[in-house]
Amino acid sequence: MGKIKLKPKARKGVIGVKALIKHPMETGLRKKKGKIVPANHITHMTVAHNGNVVVDADIGSSVSKDPYFKFNVAGAKGDTIELKYTDNKGKTGSATAKSK
Amino acid sequence: MKRRLFLKSAMAGSAVATAVGAGLLTPSMVFANTADFKAVSDAAAAASAGAGKGSFKFKAPKIAENGAVVPMTVDASKMDGVTNISFFVKENGTPLAASFNLSGAAAGYVSTRIKMGKTSQVEALVTAGGATTKVAQEVKVTIGGCGG
Repeated sequence: MGKIKLKPKARKGVIGVKALIKHPMETGLRKKKGKIVPANHITHMTVAHNGNVVVDADIGSSVSKDPYFKFNVAGAKGDTIELKYTDNKGKTGSATAKSK
Repeated sequence: MKRRLFLKSAMAGSAVATAVGAGLLTPSMVFANTADFKAVSDAAAAASAGAGKGSFKFKAPKIAENGAVVPMTVDASKMDGVTNISFFVKENGTPLAASFNLSGAAAGYVSTRIKMGKTSQVEALVTAGGATTKVAQEVKVTIGGCGG
């Protein structure tokens, strides 16, 4: 678990950050063969641009499985974008990419 | 279809009741979202009630064929000082889907995909310069082509 695709692309002074996190995003309400599938979803995510946090998100269980996000951040080619997340089980994941 | 659905839901309901009765499930397991998130959701609900109509773009499908993946986009890049963008689905158990706090170099633009249980009003809340505004849209969820 914890595979992240992070694709920042700079265009006219704005970096479009596309992120896709592989995560089951179980709500804890769904059942499989009568048993509740335990909750397992991302609760918190931050995106940093050259080390400064620009997006700090609280994520609920009602975000789709393998969540996809897109942000726009002012910046130029070569800037570093870092994404970090924490899920309700305390697991963390991160990815770093240089803007193209 | 109706009968099958009824039986299914009746069985599912009783299974949960017995599980709770037997002490197998603690409330924290049943309520998927953490207490923290619940508080944020409640705050967003309060903000939504008093919010005026926003002048930003909110893109969501009118009809979503699959409630598990509903793409939506908020574009408030024309507004200055956007500090928060939230997605709010009225009919969901926890209405707040996600809340993005933006700062620094981030533009007022967020796009993501959320889950919806059934047809509902979806509100996008944007807080800019301390004032919260919203744009609402109804999204119809049709699961399995049964109509909705």
